[in-house]
Amino acid sequence: MQKSMSDFSEELIKSTTEDDQGERCELSGTGMHFPWLQKHIETVATGGKKEKDFAQTTSACLSFIQEALLKHQWQQAAEYMHSYLQVLEDSDSCKRQAAPEIIWKLGSEILYYHPKSNVEAFNAFADRMKNIGVMNYLKISLQHALYLLHHGMLEDANRNLSQAETWRYGEKSSSQEVLINLIQAYKGLLQYYAWSKKKMELSQLDKDDYAYNTASQNMLDHSWKTSVNLGALIQIPGVWDPFVKSYVEMLEFYGDQDGAREVLTNYAYDEKFPSNPNAHIYLYNFLKREKAPREKLISVLKILYQIVPSHKLMLEFHRLLRKSEKEEHHKLGLEVLFAVLDFAGCTKNITAWKYLAKYLRQTLMGSHLAWVQEEWSSRKNWWPGFHFSYFWAKSDWKEDKALACEKALVAGVLSGKGCRYFRYISKQDHQVFRKKIKRMKKLVKKYSIINPGL
Amino acid sequence: MDLDEAKEFKERCTQCAAVSWGLTDEGKYYCTSCHNVTERSKEVVNTGAIPNTKIQAINRGLKRKRKLEKGWDWYVCEGFQHILYQQAEALKTLGVGPELKNEVLHNFWKRYLQKSKQAYCKNPVYTSKRKAPVLEDNPSHSDWDSEPELLSDFSCPSFVESGAESQPDVHTQKPFPIIKASQSETASICSGSVDGVEYSLRKEKGIVKMTVPRTLAFCCLALLWQRETITLSDLLRFVEEDHIPYINAFQHFPEEMKLYGRDKGIFAIESWPNYEDIYKKMIEIATFLDLPRFPDITEDCYLHPNMLCLKYLMEVNLPDEMHNLTCQVVKMTGIGEVDFLTFDPIAKMAKTAKYDVQAVAVIVVVLKLLFLLDDNLEWSLSNIAEKYNEKNKEDKPWFDFRKWYQVMKKSLDEKKQKWEETRAKYLWKSEKPLYHSSIDKSVVCKRREMVVNLQKQFSTLVDSTPTIGKKSPSSFQFNWTEEDPDRTCFHGHSLQGVLTKKGQSLTTKNSLYWLSTQKFCRSYCKHVTTYEESNFSLSYQFIINLFSFLLRIKTSFLHEEVSLIEKRLFKTKYSKTKKKSSRSRKCDPWISNDVTRTLVRNTKSQALLPTCHFRTRCGAQKAVIQKALQEFRYSLKCE
Repeated sequence: MQKSMSDFSEELIKSTTEDDQGERCELSGTGMHFPWLQKHIETVATGGKKEKDFAQTTSACLSFIQEALLKHQWQQAAEYMHSYLQVLEDSDSCKRQAAPEIIWKLGSEILYYHPKSNVEAFNAFADRMKNIGVMNYLKISLQHALYLLHHGMLEDANRNLSQAETWRYGEKSSSQEVLINLIQAYKGLLQYYAWSKKKMELSQLDKDDYAYNTASQNMLDHSWKTSVNLGALIQIPGVWDPFVKSYVEMLEFYGDQDGAREVLTNYAYDEKFPSNPNAHIYLYNFLKREKAPREKLISVLKILYQIVPSHKLMLEFHRLLRKSEKEEHHKLGLEVLFAVLDFAGCTKNITAWKYLAKYLRQTLMGSHLAWVQEEWSSRKNWWPGFHFSYFWAKSDWKEDKALACEKALVAGVLSGKGCRYFRYISKQDHQVFRKKIKRMKKLVKKYSIINPGL
Repeated sequence: MDLDEAKEFKERCTQCAAVSWGLTDEGKYYCTSCHNVTERSKEVVNTGAIPNTKIQAINRGLKRKRKLEKGWDWYVCEGFQHILYQQAEALKTLGVGPELKNEVLHNFWKRYLQKSKQAYCKNPVYTSKRKAPVLEDNPSHSDWDSEPELLSDFSCPSFVESGAESQPDVHTQKPFPIIKASQSETASICSGSVDGVEYSLRKEKGIVKMTVPRTLAFCCLALLWQRETITLSDLLRFVEEDHIPYINAFQHFPEEMKLYGRDKGIFAIESWPNYEDIYKKMIEIATFLDLPRFPDITEDCYLHPNMLCLKYLMEVNLPDEMHNLTCQVVKMTGIGEVDFLTFDPIAKMAKTAKYDVQAVAVIVVVLKLLFLLDDNLEWSLSNIAEKYNEKNKEDKPWFDFRKWYQVMKKSLDEKKQKWEETRAKYLWKSEKPLYHSSIDKSVVCKRREMVVNLQKQFSTLVDSTPTIGKKSPSSFQFNWTEEDPDRTCFHGHSLQGVLTKKGQSLTTKNSLYWLSTQKFCRSYCKHVTTYEESNFSLSYQFIINLFSFLLRIKTSFLHEEVSLIEKRLFKTKYSKTKKKSSRSRKCDPWISNDVTRTLVRNTKSQALLPTCHFRTRCGAQKAVIQKALQEFRYSLKCE
């Protein structure tokens, strides 16, 4: 909710800067964008029709509003807004038509934050703005509903969405099909919320209780309506995570595993949908719950690996690969570990280091030196500085000795005994870790890929 | 109309040669086949029986289907008359003498109506088709002093406040409100006024058509005639501050004067007036009206540069002592001469001085003479002044340019910011919405209503204390006091720090000068010079910005005026530089400050800095430049 409100301003900045430039100066294909060019051209061309002061002052007014919003000066913003409203009467039809949307975005932002504003004021504003032109009705209705949700007024929001759902305006409504679907989906989400509340209540009831039956019947009704509302939206390419999640939850609850699987598979694999890591995560979790074969799980995570190689599920992925019988999976398992540790956010992940240390040993023992060298060749330039510096050795040892030991082992194996990290750790004398360090030294001696003797 | 009564008129129509006459409300014959109206009127025994003879309700014999809006019959020129009336009233409340309204502006307007053949003439455009021969031999109508035959005094307040005509209740006494429908509502070309459509199509050579900006040109001419203490820039500033009706002036038309359709294009204005534009229009109108030479602008007039310089020196917080210098520059350049200052529209080249811009330009020139404004000398002179002031706290302080700059910069920035904010908050749209045709009437009205509702909603969120209070009109925009350190007053400071005594006379310490324009443009593009800010020193930019903000004019416009003053001041230098530069091909705008023997005795060499402060527009080819330099000859049109 919070996000959707703050999104207004982002959209706003985007839309207004575009407005300001009139036509955007973009070289087709290159993606290069010169926002100043248009203005420059306008100032150079003096022969053309002079911009009227009306246009000049209203655009100045717009920048004053934006500035006030940026500085959270809601009062000033409202003051300028009072004047800016006259663009609705602009004789330039282009500007007049673009105005309602800008006014809605700015106005709702002001009314959202202004200390003197309240829900009634917002409602009145939204209702007025909805009916200026036809193009904004649905968008404003939806945002209005989100505002109400944010204020905990679920029923009002629901009524609002129901109203918007039935809105039709000739051909205009067909072009806004997505919006109608979105509105229905939000309605569905609200119903899901009610359903999930009922589910909670139900779980607290005794099965033999006479109330149980009516309650469960109630739930059934809800789910049917919800599935209609949610189902339509998620057919359309897009990112619909919360909708998909709740839909699947309901389907699963009523035992429609096939339906749920279909929805998730479609959501993850349909090429028309934008690449979305969550889609694969949902599918993976679902399959795991279903106890699907390992092969299947691996294939799902493989895609996730391509999109987000640093995802925390990658360690799980590694485990699956390790357990697999196929040699190519074993190789991939090594790749996955290296890839996880490429990311700065994972440098202190002890499990990852532990896995790598263990798996390196295992791989080298299985005489797959080539695999290791393949992975290492692209990293040997930067991993020593990135992971195995003297600084890290010192700080890791101070913070987490177990991690330091694992890392030292990996460092030793990969860059030899001369590695600073390894040297620093191996010199440490510590009661608890003495044994471990000794073992580490032995292992490095045996397996280091740098070892010239090998 | 009574066709029976018209039967006795048997002449052929001059337009279509038919003999089929009807009578208009006014008793004139009109042709029922082509709607041509003759000047010949039916002889009426008792004119008193027809109460509204003055209203020319031309019944064109078209079928009237629906009425868009009921209202009076009124002509476009009546609308302008109304606006002029309002403006004259506003000027009166600003303190201008009543003669301006009752005599000068009224006469100008009558003369305009006559010259543009709308009234007081033999065949006004409304009663006969343009090329129709003059049928009428009614001598009383061509008299300059006759009452307007065309303008209804019912709908428009008369300029002259005498007689029953100007009494307000006359509005309601209109006996037969004539309902006027547009010629073709279906074609969406219509107007609330009788002749709105015709008027907007009218393009006659040699006729200056009335527009809303031209009403201000009229006002300014009247002010100039009366030698009032309001300059053009003041007038335009008052318009911007809403002290003089201009934008949405039509709002105050009487209720019964309906505006729509083409009237919108004629009366709706979405820009503030612009100095250069109104200035041009003034000359254009004066020439069109064939006005005689205006009353002389002598030294005791407010518009005389010496007076205006004093005013602007006060306004921008400069020492009073500078007035001596401005007076000298005015004298040397000859811009204080009566013949130069007095507007004579009949002269070969009608041209009037831009009094305010010129005065300000003189001050800029004086500042350059004193401080050079090269981003260097003015600061070292400030150091000297600062030291002196620290040591001699009891004496009259020396003028410190740096201190002055700091105070002015701050005040100017604040003023500008406020000005921009007020402009951004300006409400352009009238309470009476204007629509193009019956088709969009409901839409426009609904939109208006919606805006009003939304505005109501947002005004509840605004602080209850109104921040956009209307400023009371003043010819001064700044206010300086000795007490407030942010508004330090420099009027009493002395120029001793920048002047030295040489023999009997005082001269400026600074003996150098650079020209704002080295070479004037002689092409047909009409501007004499260009102003590329970055080519000039920062102090010069600041001063030009300051003054052009005060006058609400473009910086280039002021720069041009400064250059023109310099052209008059350094006449000899211009011919010298010409020779010199044609020899050396070097553009050197630095010349020494030997303006006059009285001001400065020049000792230093001519070139001080190698910087070229004015880049020639056609600087690409040497040959071109050389040729241009050889051809370069210098003449002042205004002399």
